[in-house]
Amino acid sequence: DILKKRDSSYCSLDVDTLNSQTVEVIAIAKSVKCRGSILVTHLAHISTVELTLTTPNSRGRKEIIGPTGPLSTTMSTQNSLHMHNSLNKPLEELEEEESGDTFELNIAVTNPEKMGDGMNAYMTYKVSTQTTLPAFHIKTFSVRRRFSDFLGLYEKLSVKHHLMGCIIPPPPQKSVVGMTKVKVGKEDPSSAEFVEKRRAALERYLQRVVAHPALLQDSDVQEFLEREELPRAVNTQALSGSGFLKMINKASDAVNKMTIKMNESDNWFESKLQEVENEEQLLRRLHASVDSLVNHRKEMCINTAMFAKSVAMLGSSEENSALSRALSQLAEVEDKLEQLHQEQAFSDFFILTELLADYVRLLGAVRGCFEQRMKAWQRWQEAQATLQKKREAEAKLLWANKPDKLQQAKEDLTEWEAKVGQCERDFERISSTLRKEVHRFEKEKCRDFKHHIVKYLESLLRSQHRVVKCWEAFLPEAKAIV
Amino acid sequence: MQNSLPELVKCDVFSLFNQMRSVSVDLNNDSSLLIDIPDALCERDKVKFTVHTKTTLNSFQKPEFSVPRQHEDFIWLHDTLVETEEYAGLIIPPAPPKPDFEGPREKMHKLGEGESTMTKEEYAKMKQELEAEYLAVFKKTVQVHEIFLQRLSSHPVFSKDRNFQIFLEYDQDLSVRRKNAKEFFGGFFKNMVKSADEVLISGIKDVDEFFEQEKTFLLDYFSKIKDATAKAEKMTRSHKNVADDYIHISATYSYLLICLHSLCVINAYRHLEKFSELLEKLRKVEGRVASDQELKLTELLRYYMRDIQAAKDLLYRRARALADYENSNKALDKARLKSKDIPQAEENQRQCLQKFDKLSESGKQELTSFKGRRVVAFRKNLIEMAELEIKHAKVRIKSAVCSEHNLFTHN
Repeated sequence: DILKKRDSSYCSLDVDTLNSQTVEVIAIAKSVKCRGSILVTHLAHISTVELTLTTPNSRGRKEIIGPTGPLSTTMSTQNSLHMHNSLNKPLEELEEEESGDTFELNIAVTNPEKMGDGMNAYMTYKVSTQTTLPAFHIKTFSVRRRFSDFLGLYEKLSVKHHLMGCIIPPPPQKSVVGMTKVKVGKEDPSSAEFVEKRRAALERYLQRVVAHPALLQDSDVQEFLEREELPRAVNTQALSGSGFLKMINKASDAVNKMTIKMNESDNWFESKLQEVENEEQLLRRLHASVDSLVNHRKEMCINTAMFAKSVAMLGSSEENSALSRALSQLAEVEDKLEQLHQEQAFSDFFILTELLADYVRLLGAVRGCFEQRMKAWQRWQEAQATLQKKREAEAKLLWANKPDKLQQAKEDLTEWEAKVGQCERDFERISSTLRKEVHRFEKEKCRDFKHHIVKYLESLLRSQHRVVKCWEAFLPEAKAIV
Repeated sequence: MQNSLPELVKCDVFSLFNQMRSVSVDLNNDSSLLIDIPDALCERDKVKFTVHTKTTLNSFQKPEFSVPRQHEDFIWLHDTLVETEEYAGLIIPPAPPKPDFEGPREKMHKLGEGESTMTKEEYAKMKQELEAEYLAVFKKTVQVHEIFLQRLSSHPVFSKDRNFQIFLEYDQDLSVRRKNAKEFFGGFFKNMVKSADEVLISGIKDVDEFFEQEKTFLLDYFSKIKDATAKAEKMTRSHKNVADDYIHISATYSYLLICLHSLCVINAYRHLEKFSELLEKLRKVEGRVASDQELKLTELLRYYMRDIQAAKDLLYRRARALADYENSNKALDKARLKSKDIPQAEENQRQCLQKFDKLSESGKQELTSFKGRRVVAFRKNLIEMAELEIKHAKVRIKSAVCSEHNLFTHN
C-alpha cells in the first residue's frame, strides 16, 4: 500500500526528478520480486531515463551503484546488502538492452579573447563541446561565451533546481580588481595569470554542471552549449537592482536560519550538515595554507634567481680558474632550480589551491541545499499550523451554528489540507533528492581529489628527477676544483 | 613560553658536531695543542662555552683542562691580537659573531600567539621544528667559536701568544681583563679610521706586483661575496618558510581525515591518508634541505666574507706601515736639511723599513696560504652540498613513488 501510493505519486513528477524516480522504481520492482519485465515497461514510458542512466555510465559502471546506495538505508525492511548487489544487475541488463554504446559529453573552455575597449571591454571564451548524446543536433560544436553568460546560466539553474534539493555547482567568483586590470589592457604576467585562472575555473564549472545527470538534460544548459547568441544576462552585474535584491535576500536568509529550529526526524541530515560545515572550515584553512605555500615558493624563486646572479658575479671575479668554473656552474644549477621551483609553484597553485577553493564554494552550495530543505520543512509546518487554525475556525463556526460561513470554512479546510499534503510531499521529495545528491557529490569529490593528488605526485616526481640531474651534473665540476 | 627555550638547549653537542666541521679544514691536527668546545649552556641571553684543551706543551701548567668562557671573552682575545704590533703582518682569524637567537625567539613568540588557531598536532609539530631551528643556531655558534680557537692553535705564531694561553688556562672569570667602557669607545674610533684606510688603500697603486694583484682581487671579491652572502641568506630563509608551510598543510590534512568519519566513504578517503603521510615526509625533507643549504652554502660564504675582511685588514696595516715608512723618510730628509736629530730620524726610518719589510714578507706568506685554504674549503662544501641535495631529492622521489604505489594498490 505504501509502495502503491509512492508509485502513483511519482508518475506525476516532472523530468527533473527522474533520477530518483528511476531508482525508486527499480527498488519497487525488486520488492515485488519482479525482474526485467516490469522494469522495461516502466522505463519504456520514460524515454529520457536512458540518458540519465547512461551518462553516468560513461564514467564506469560502478557509478550507478552510487544513487542506489542510500536507498538501502531507507528501505529498512530489505536486506541492504542483498539489495545493493541485485540492483546492480537489472541496471546492467537494462543498459545492454537499451543502448549498446556509452554516451559522452566532453567540454573544453579555451581561447580567451578580449573584445571591445576600455572599461567596456570583456573577455570571451570559446566553449567547445564534443558529444554523442542524441539530445544535441550535431556532434561537435563550439560557441563563444562571456563571463556574465556563465553567471546567467547559474542563476537560471538555481531558480529551477534549487527547490528540488539539487546541488548546483557555483560558478567562479566575480573579481572587479582582476577584470579591471585586464580591461585596462596591462600586459603583465599577473593579468595573464588571472585570465588563465578564470578560464580553468570556467572549464571546471561547466564540467561539473554536465556531470550532474539532471542538469545535463536541462534545456538552459543545452541552449548555453549550443546557441550562437545568448541574450545578455543583465541581472548578474554587481551593481544592479537584482544584485541588491540578492544581497537583501541573503541577509534575510541568514536571519531566518538562526530562527528555524527544525524538528529533525532523520538524524542523517543533522549529522551530515555538521560534517559539511566542518569540512568547509577545514578546506578553507587548507586553502589558506596552500596559498601561503605558493606565495613562499614564488618568493623562493625570486631569491634563488638573485642568488644565482650573485654567484655568477662571484665566479667571474674568482682567480682560481677551476673554482671560478665551479661557481658559475653553481649559478646555472641554481637558475635551473629556480625554474623548477616556478613550475612546482604553478602546479601547486593550479592543482591544489583552485581545487580547494572550488570545493569550499561547492560545500557552501551543499549547505544551501540543506537550508532549502529546512525552508521546505518550515513551509510544511506553517501550512499545518494554518490548517489547524482553519479547523479551529470551522469548529467554532459549527458551534456558533452559522451555516453560510461554514461552507466557506469547509472549502478553506479542503484547500489547506491539500496544501499541507503538497508541502509534505515536497519536503519528502527534497529530502530524498538531497540525500542522493550528497552521496553523488561525495563520490565526485573523492574522485576529484584523488585525480588531483595523482597529478601532483606525478609533477613532483618529474621535478625531483630533474633536480637530481642538475646536481649530479654539478658534482664533477665541484670535484674538479684544485 | 619564553622560559622554556634555555632549558632545552642545555645539551651535549659533541655528537652533533660530526657534520659540522666544514667551514675550515685541516684544523686541530697538531696533537701538541688540541682544542675543542664539547659543551655549551644557554642561560637567558648568554651562552657559556666550555673550552677544553689537551696539550703536550710545557708552557701550560696541566696537560688537560677546561674553562668556562663567554662570547665577550672571545672578542677580547681577538681584539688583543689585533692590537698587538707583532701580528700586524698576519691575517688575524675573524672574531666569531655574537650568538643570535633572535630569529627562533621571534618565531616562538608568534607561535605562542597563534596557538589558539592551531590544532594540537600542528602546534606540536611547529614547536618541534622551532626547537630544531634553535638547536641549529646553537650548533652554528658553537662551531664558529670553536673554529676561531682552532685556527689560533694551528698557527705557528698565534699558538704561542701569551694572551691566548691565558684565555685557555685562566680558571677565573676573565671579565677583569676585558674591555672597559673607555676601550670600547677607543675601538669605535679605530673602526672609523679603518674606513678611511679603505679609501686610502684603494686609491694608491702598489709598487709590489703581488700586493697590487691581491689588493684588487680582494677588494672586488669582498664586495661580491658580501652580496652573495646576503642573497644566500634570503634564499635559505624563504626555503625555511616553504618548509614551515608544509607543516601547516600536513597537519590540516590529517585533521581533515579525523573529521571525515562517514562510514560509507572512509575507504574512498584512503588516498587522503596516504597523501597526508607523504606530506609529512616531504616537510621533513624540506626542513633538512633548508638547514643543509644554510650550513653548507650560506655559512661558507659568511665565514669567508669575514676571513677576507681579515685579509683586507692585513693589507690596510701594510698600507699604514708603508705610509709610516714614507713619513719617516720625509722626517729624515727634513732632519738632514735642518741638521738636527739625524740619528733619531735614521733610527726611525730604519725601524719603519724593517717593520714594513717584515709585514710584506709575512703578509705574502699568509695571503698565499689563505688562497689555498679558501679553495679547499669551497671545494669541500660545494661537494657536500651537492651530495646532500641529491640525497634529499632522491628521498622525495622515493616517498612520492611509495605514495603513488599505495594509492593504486588500495584501489
